Amino acid sequence: MSFLHRHSWLTPYLLLAPGIAFLVLFFVVPLYYLGYTSLQEGTVQVGYTFNWAWDNYTSAFSTYREQFFRSLQYAGIATILALLISYPLTYWIAFRGGRWKNLLLLFIIAPFFVTYLIRTLAWQNILADDGFVVGVLQALGIVADDGRLLATSTAVIAGITYNFLPFMALPLYVALEQIDPRLIEAAKDLYSSSTKAFLRVTLPLSMPGVIAGTLLTFIPAAGDFINAELLGTPNQAMIGNVIQSKFLEITDYGQAAAMSVILMAVILLLIAVYTRILGTERMAG
Amino acid sequence: MTTAAEPLPRRHRGSAATRLWAFVRHHTLTFFGVLALAYLMLPIVVVIVFSFNDPAGRYNYTWEGFTTEHWTNPFGPPFLGDAVKTSIEVALIATLVATVLGTLVAMALVRYHFRGRGATNFLIFVPLTAPEIVLGASLLTLFLNLGTALGFWTIVLAHIMFCISFVVVTVRARLVGFDRHVEEAAADLGANEWVTFLRITLPLIAPGILAGALLAFSLSIDDFVITSFNSGTTTTFPLFVWSAAQRGVPAEVNVIGTMIFGVAIVLMLANVLWQYRRTPKGAV
Repeated sequence: MSFLHRHSWLTPYLLLAPGIAFLVLFFVVPLYYLGYTSLQEGTVQVGYTFNWAWDNYTSAFSTYREQFFRSLQYAGIATILALLISYPLTYWIAFRGGRWKNLLLLFIIAPFFVTYLIRTLAWQNILADDGFVVGVLQALGIVADDGRLLATSTAVIAGITYNFLPFMALPLYVALEQIDPRLIEAAKDLYSSSTKAFLRVTLPLSMPGVIAGTLLTFIPAAGDFINAELLGTPNQAMIGNVIQSKFLEITDYGQAAAMSVILMAVILLLIAVYTRILGTERMAG
Repeated sequence: MTTAAEPLPRRHRGSAATRLWAFVRHHTLTFFGVLALAYLMLPIVVVIVFSFNDPAGRYNYTWEGFTTEHWTNPFGPPFLGDAVKTSIEVALIATLVATVLGTLVAMALVRYHFRGRGATNFLIFVPLTAPEIVLGASLLTLFLNLGTALGFWTIVLAHIMFCISFVVVTVRARLVGFDRHVEEAAADLGANEWVTFLRITLPLIAPGILAGALLAFSLSIDDFVITSFNSGTTTTFPLFVWSAAQRGVPAEVNVIGTMIFGVAIVLMLANVLWQYRRTPKGAV
């Protein structure tokens, strides 16, 4: 410690060094290798060589355009649904929860404590052809008598919505909880209607939560392949399914890496556009 | 819980009609909230209920009858016990390393001003936002290009990597409100830096570190996507569930899922109660 005392400017760097070195080695360097691999050609038998194979990108996009757009579409719908469910729920907890707030919050994160795959398999049970959900919907005429939910895009989107909902709800809750109820009260004192008070006070103040929540939901949703695999069919395959099978089953590493790079690039682009539209300063915090 | 008090006394202004409307709206929100919570709980209930199911064939899809058989021997199905053991070992090592590394980074970020702070924050932030599949795939390309054999240790490295950022964020959040005067007081009373750290700082930031470690452990034990890319032939519990999903998941998986859920909920409830006890009334 006397060494640290004499060189106190060094202390933060010594504290940072191991963690940052680890992240550089196993997060930054792998991203470099992902780009490097995406320009390689070859097979498991003859090995892979780097020869600026840009072809991987063009063929990946032209062959799997459908899965790319489906991923963005499913992720987009699921994000909107998660927002529509989470906003009233977290509003209720934040403003009406009283001393039960923390307990109610526990309900929101509880799904995280059931292994991801197991809770998705539970949706298989719930949406099964002879399950009660399909039965009720058939009785109501919403689903045709020979219709089903499992193995449809509805099931996949429902699964994604459920699995990533806590990512939406938690930042929303944090933003709503910080709003001083007196501000809303003040708006009403100034003869604003409840609706107007909500639109002009509550909603703008909760925007940081909306931004963070939609990003935190959309990003993992766009890269997901578990819901499409367990609740859908190959007709609902998302880009994650293609990347996963190319890497782990077909061992077409070049194209698989190229698709991962495209996915990452599309997501970064969307984040940039989105934050540009909705304001950036709030993001960093 | 539906009768929880309003933060401020409600205003009874206007006619009976507006009051009725306010009442309906008030309860619409409560009704929606309870419904949304029920929706969140539904799959959890299904998992628990089906751990007591007595499936007719290989598929544990439809309710056939009640049995506690799966609870008496949850590690019965071949390879399931080994998979759970591997998952716990990976999670313990990954949690330990990620918690130490992450806590050190969090301390540097909260207590010092240094060049490269922005870059450090960025490096911590990006892994949290990158899709898991990209994290898993990029690590796989690293190991492929270096010719590293995939297995237990590549899983551990991957888990430490994605846990660090979560630990940093959690510990940092708890460190921000830390009152440094207590440390100065200890120093004034003659304690050296080590004694101050061990006797004053560590006990005060321990809840934050513990929260970070619990988060890391639960993320590690639950991870499927990144693990599936870097596991080789090693099987963790989620990998076991994935391969079982193709040919019918044994009900024992529900038993273990329920156990993990139970342990996590007990720990979280303890944490919530602890917070209630530590926080003065009305300051929550």
